[in-house]
Amino acid sequence: MKPKSLVLSALILASTFALNSCSAPTGEAALSSSLSPAEFQKALQEKLIAAKSGSVIELPEGRFQFDKTLSLTANGVTIRGKGMAKTVLAFKGQTAGSAGMLVKANDFTIEDVAIEDAAGDGLKTEGSTNVTIRRVRVEWTAALNEKNGPYGIYPVTSKNVLIEDSFVKGAADAGFYLGQSENAIMRRNRAEGNVAGFEVENCKNVDVYENTATNNSGGILVFNLPDLPVQGGEKVRVYNNQVVGNNAPNVAPKSQTVYNLPSGLGVSVMAIKNVEVFNNTIKDNNTANMHIISYLAMSQEIKDKTYNPFVSNVYVHDNQFGGSGKNPDARLESVLAVAKAVGQPMPDILYDGMVEPGATDAKICLQNNGEVTFANFDAANQFKKVSRDAKKHQCTLPALTAITLPQDGTKSMTSAAGGGK
Amino acid sequence: MSWAVSTKRFVVFIACLSALTLTGSCGMFSTDVTSFVEEPFPKQLSEWRLFVSGSKPMTPNKGVVPYDLNTPLFSDYADKYRFVWMPAGTSAKYSEDGVFDFPVGTVLAKTFAFPATEASGKERIVETRLLVHGKTGWVALPYVWNAEQTDARLELVANPTEVTRKADDGSVQKINYIIPNSNECKQCHDNNKVTLPIGPKARNLNKDFPYADGAANQLAYWTKVGYLKGAPAADSAPKVPAWDKAESGSLEARTRAYLDNNCAHCHQPGGSAEASGVNFSFTHSDLRKLGACKMPNSAGYSGGHQYDLVPGNPAESILLFRMESTKAKEMMPEIGRSLSHKEGVALVREWLATLKGGCGEVKLAAK
Repeated sequence: MKPKSLVLSALILASTFALNSCSAPTGEAALSSSLSPAEFQKALQEKLIAAKSGSVIELPEGRFQFDKTLSLTANGVTIRGKGMAKTVLAFKGQTAGSAGMLVKANDFTIEDVAIEDAAGDGLKTEGSTNVTIRRVRVEWTAALNEKNGPYGIYPVTSKNVLIEDSFVKGAADAGFYLGQSENAIMRRNRAEGNVAGFEVENCKNVDVYENTATNNSGGILVFNLPDLPVQGGEKVRVYNNQVVGNNAPNVAPKSQTVYNLPSGLGVSVMAIKNVEVFNNTIKDNNTANMHIISYLAMSQEIKDKTYNPFVSNVYVHDNQFGGSGKNPDARLESVLAVAKAVGQPMPDILYDGMVEPGATDAKICLQNNGEVTFANFDAANQFKKVSRDAKKHQCTLPALTAITLPQDGTKSMTSAAGGGK
Repeated sequence: MSWAVSTKRFVVFIACLSALTLTGSCGMFSTDVTSFVEEPFPKQLSEWRLFVSGSKPMTPNKGVVPYDLNTPLFSDYADKYRFVWMPAGTSAKYSEDGVFDFPVGTVLAKTFAFPATEASGKERIVETRLLVHGKTGWVALPYVWNAEQTDARLELVANPTEVTRKADDGSVQKINYIIPNSNECKQCHDNNKVTLPIGPKARNLNKDFPYADGAANQLAYWTKVGYLKGAPAADSAPKVPAWDKAESGSLEARTRAYLDNNCAHCHQPGGSAEASGVNFSFTHSDLRKLGACKMPNSAGYSGGHQYDLVPGNPAESILLFRMESTKAKEMMPEIGRSLSHKEGVALVREWLATLKGGCGEVKLAAK
């Protein structure tokens, strides 16, 4: 009996020891709003580090102050708050790290959370596959100024991205910025008071629908830029969006690319092919409701040999336009030059008329957009032959395919009028 | 191999069990380094036995080899002590460019310390970061030293700590020293989501080290003790200069070495900042890839400067602006420092000024 009990107590001792000393328990502290800010920050970061596939990190209601980036690298994790008005991760005065939350993980979901006043980007996902961002608010509480963080919700080099029912305000560059990514849906989001509302930059296979962009400098921008590793963005559909009254002053400093975004631009399609813009309401944007242009208008020397600066195969149909170009952005000389050439108010759709040399099937097609006004401002010849005749663009293009995502149960619509009439 | 490691762990477990009943603590009996290759990892640094018990913490145990790099990463002027250990009978495979292919069980240890600010004071050891080649890949384990400086404790999320440093002008500077959490370790050590060491590459190890048994070239020494296979003679292996020793290389080579070890872990293909489109790796000679006359496009606030690097114009180069800044949203590297590296900035500035060409007239026009 005795030896047995000795062994037993040794085992008990050993297991106690294992619990107390040999393991490193982390992520076990409850995320309670009674913790101090420092304790809460530490407890949450520990949870993010300890998280395993299938982990759900529940954030309580309350306002929580952080001074450094929160980061996640574990796959298969869900972060869930109590609502984007109720669970607020506040980063005012952030001293370390640039982003509010930085995610480099697959199968990631975040929902019902707000991120305020990050030093840099609000929520950034990088190199991540299967990302769902749902009911997330990212906001800079100061009035829009160049020192606010650049990007609100920022998936980059990511794949299968769903951003829905989210809200961004105050981003110094772009509220929603999908960069160098493929297969993505942005729907039912709202961007207001940012320099750019929505940007789809160097991305392939993207659906942007049922969003609202208002009171930004620019509403929805779909484009490719040189000097980024991922090139050849294309196949983007923009439909059923409200792009109304994007006339906020562009506060970006002159040195930044986004400085060249005219304040008062509704939809921008630049240096990209295979874009379909339909069923949108695009109104009251004071430079122009829409432009379709090449990158050559940027007057930048292009050193990136893999970059195609031309725009082609853009199909704009069944949109409602109105109230365009009443007060073009006088900050930019080239906007003034175009305004002088085409007259004011500027038409709903501006096209620079630049066609890739040798391209035989490059088309810009405008169909069924009601009482739309149009101008080809003939950028290649310094506005010599401005044409307001849209007849040349009475054509159709095949409808682009709806994007499907593995994490998305609902079916997105196809363009009923696409490729038709 | 993994069987041998498990056996060792089992032996340690038994040793712990008996030690427990005698002394109430474990780790007194076995004297060899103990490698842990999977969770749970030891809570105390001493459990690894990397350093000789009862001596100053930095005296390496049997088989633990100190090493140094030609050009290191700047970390708020911390002194760094690096060590490598590999399981008996195993060795790393030499690689000319990237990090060596280290065997499972390898432990790389880097201790961060600040010298005493007064004559009577002692060096303050802050943290020891272990990079352990575990069964399923490299694992980053930050250990934080206690106030008594007797041992360090595993803290995956450590609190920042105040350290002091004597500046060049003799004044004592207070630094809010941020110990990276284990995710932040990965931010720099990831390439295509695989955690890897950064420092121990041939070009960075190719130098002499003052070993206890005499100075020797590190590549030769690692080969001699059986830690490295396939290395050529030191003089035919690649080598970067020491960034701060003018006699070790040209201004350009020293700058490129500095950028290689302070920037390229993120700014290279597969690195965290691959999307930026700049590549600071030492192994190419394309100024354009270093950002010459390249607009960052998606980097946010850049101090009013247009290009990543403007040849001949340091003041207009975003590279230098980010190196000089200590603001969270502007500074580079994004993490790992709270001070600007004055001497590193001076080096890069000097080199930028020597470059020819500029970026032509800055043209800005509307979309």
